[in-house]
Amino acid sequence: MREISSGAVTASVCQMCAGANMVLPEDIAGRIRECREREPWPAARDTLDKLCQNMDIARREAIPLCQDTGMACVFLALGQDARIVGGDLYEAVHEGIRQGYAQGYLRRSVVADPLRRKNTGDNTPALIHTDIVPGDRLTITLSPKGFGSENMSRLAMLTPAAGAAGVKDFVVETVSLAGPNPCPPIVVGVGIGGSFDQVALLAKKALLRGLDEPHPDPYYREMELELWEKINRLGIGPQGFGGQTTALGVSIETLPTHIAGLPVAVNISCHATRRVSVVL
Amino acid sequence: MDIRLRAPLTKKAALELRAGDRVLLNGVIYTARDAAHARLTDVLEKGEAFPFDLQDSVIYYVGPSPARPGRVIGAAGPTTSYRMDAYAPRLIEAGLRGMIGKGMRSPQVIDSMKKYGAVYFGALGGGAALIAGSVVAAEPVCYEDLGTEAVQRLTVRDFPATVVIDAQGADLYRLGRADYLRSL
Repeated sequence: MREISSGAVTASVCQMCAGANMVLPEDIAGRIRECREREPWPAARDTLDKLCQNMDIARREAIPLCQDTGMACVFLALGQDARIVGGDLYEAVHEGIRQGYAQGYLRRSVVADPLRRKNTGDNTPALIHTDIVPGDRLTITLSPKGFGSENMSRLAMLTPAAGAAGVKDFVVETVSLAGPNPCPPIVVGVGIGGSFDQVALLAKKALLRGLDEPHPDPYYREMELELWEKINRLGIGPQGFGGQTTALGVSIETLPTHIAGLPVAVNISCHATRRVSVVL
Repeated sequence: MDIRLRAPLTKKAALELRAGDRVLLNGVIYTARDAAHARLTDVLEKGEAFPFDLQDSVIYYVGPSPARPGRVIGAAGPTTSYRMDAYAPRLIEAGLRGMIGKGMRSPQVIDSMKKYGAVYFGALGGGAALIAGSVVAAEPVCYEDLGTEAVQRLTVRDFPATVVIDAQGADLYRLGRADYLRSL
């Protein structure tokens, strides 16, 4: 068994917080620039220029790209031949978020109770998802998720008869209903299959895949492109002021499901789709 | 061509604005989002003293990130406005002249805007680092227990915004999209 100290987990998570909120992943930043070049509508091009300026200022002046520095979504891929020593793994993650958000001057956006709504003051707890994987490493992915876009996400339990057409309609309808609210151009994470609980997580995991990494299955790769094109024909555009660039891309993830079901979930993410990973 | 506007915003200036106008706001605006709106409308319902001069004021829907030492404010982009729809008509009726946010508004809010002559501006959603540069001073007003949701008085210089819904009810989200689709 390879040993990984909980202190190393805390230190790594802490270190990721500021960077994740100030510098976009290269695939997202690159796609914003590409879309800016391709955008035919002048007002939309102007908005995309401003988003590029925002990226430059955030990086140069160490200011978060967005004031909503999100709930800290943390994905752990823990090798089955590794063990965590020196303390509780999840507490180590929370402590890293606590320290990272304080040191990085990041916003604390978490309330302890959904109805009584008192801010926890340190952006904890993080939302932690764990997968046990082969090997002896721990991969930590931090994806701060803003709620302007999270609020526009939807889930449906379709019937098998609805098929691919039903799934596509639901995805496009979700983006259409969201309109200008989630800060387009958006990234669209789609989960198909599994169960009620799993499909939502699947949609969120789809957002972790780089826009430069299409689905390995040609059937879904084609669907990703088809959906992206359909969404960009809606005309919502950057900020919702009209234009071609409504989405930066669509990522689909799937799971086996029941003979009676076709769950689909759409997790919308804004143009500030943030994620960073480290391997311990 | 950007229109330079003073805040607080007079009714006369508000009525001249049209959906799609790009403006640069100069003067004083107030921050308030979800939790502060609940308290502010409660103050109005109870007839208590309002914590700032609401007449002709502009409220910015924002919860900024903390300011680094030596800075006025952290990242300060708009939050999604529809969550304030339940409260906005009451504030407009009591004198609120402008709102800055992003995203759609309810028919009730738009009706109040038309009735009392108020304007809804859109700021660059997710453009928080860019926008922060136009805030030259920030001071607490009330509800500091709410953290980022506290009400702050911001002094802004050439704060960039777009008129999304004007006092006649015209909506750039509809018009802009329709114009683009017609161009295809």
